[in-house]
Amino acid sequence: MNNRALEITVGLFVLAGILALALLAFRVSGLTLGDTGQGSYKVTAYFDNVDGLKVRSRVAFAGVTIGKVTAIEMAPKQYQAKVTLELNGDVNYLPEDSTAIIYTAGLLGEKYVGFSLGGEEEVLKEGSVIKDTQSTLVLEDLINKFVMGSDDSGKEVAKQLQTMNDTLKELVKTNPNITN
Amino acid sequence: MESTSKGLLGRIQLLGRSAIDIIASLGNAAIFLAMSLIGRPGPGKHFQLLVKQIYFVGVLSLPIIVVSGLFIGMIMALQGYNILISYASAEAVGQVVALSLLRELGPVVTGLLFAGRAGSALTAEIGNMKASEQLSGLETFGVDPLKYVIAPRLIAGFISMPLLATIFVVVGIWGGAMVAVDWLGVFDGSYWGNMQSSVRFGYDVCNGLIKGVVFAFVATWIAVYQGYSCEATSVGISRATTKTVVYSSLAILGLDFILTALMFGEI
Repeated sequence: MNNRALEITVGLFVLAGILALALLAFRVSGLTLGDTGQGSYKVTAYFDNVDGLKVRSRVAFAGVTIGKVTAIEMAPKQYQAKVTLELNGDVNYLPEDSTAIIYTAGLLGEKYVGFSLGGEEEVLKEGSVIKDTQSTLVLEDLINKFVMGSDDSGKEVAKQLQTMNDTLKELVKTNPNITN
Repeated sequence: MESTSKGLLGRIQLLGRSAIDIIASLGNAAIFLAMSLIGRPGPGKHFQLLVKQIYFVGVLSLPIIVVSGLFIGMIMALQGYNILISYASAEAVGQVVALSLLRELGPVVTGLLFAGRAGSALTAEIGNMKASEQLSGLETFGVDPLKYVIAPRLIAGFISMPLLATIFVVVGIWGGAMVAVDWLGVFDGSYWGNMQSSVRFGYDVCNGLIKGVVFAFVATWIAVYQGYSCEATSVGISRATTKTVVYSSLAILGLDFILTALMFGEI
């Protein structure tokens, strides 16, 4: 192989490598050049329980991603978890008294932070502290409450279920053909 | 070296001797690397040598890299799909394929294949030059073989392997897309969308590239050093070639563990 062909093949090889890197950057990691919008701003929220929420979890409003969680730490004075949220700069219309809620995507999905709209005119900005929060749903607690009957509503539901069961039995007894 | 006496002291002496041998050979390899790279020749005649080596080390490794990348991507998609479908989250298959290729399989498998194809060829070639006394011949003409023979091969390896790893990952991701989207019916948008939302350029892509560079460095260094320091006989060359593949594979896997712990360990 002569020198020219050799150099062309090597050039093509290097080009293929660079092209592959560009593909990885734009197609695979969705890298966008520069920041879209006007940067971002950080707000903090205090939660009783953030179990399952992770740094880099998404922050969404109405199901649309508007930012991410950047830090989760303990706030010793409040005995609460302090969560720092980074919101996109172009989301500058969320009322200051909005509620931050930890949702679960699907039944087994990831935890994310959602917002429920408040009514104040003042909007969230850099350094705002979200006062109203709703912690993550701990399934075990709910089941415990229901099973142990420590909660009156659980007892109520159990009682109603029992009544329903009795009614059904009565119904079957009086109309033997109903099961067919 | 004086002979070893038997008994406990003898064994301790043996241990000491082998430790000194290992450290000495590591030192030799380091000196060898420094001698080849420091004050390396600039462009000109040597640039031609470099181009030729990139052709031999990089371009000729492309077929094996592309084919294995394609198949590994396809396998990842198939296995990932079969597991994820039982959690009703088959859409995440793109994420699985991309992250495992970028973080681990891309650099590691490319490194192993590179050691097997290019590394062994380098060792055999340099060993052969040594056996046929071409290296000492160069020295007779006043040409430093480290600069003329070794340096272009080292640099060619450093340049080629990260490129090969990148190509491997891209081909693998396309192979995964082919299986997941075209054959298994995962929605196109969620395959790429999930991938994009989970892969971060500065973290996953760049750390994968860093791994590729490190593995390139180690694999080429071992290959060239083994060739240069081998016994100048046919048996010596074959031993050195085997050593190249074994040592570089072990070094790549060991370093991969350390790098992974450093890069991704804290999540």
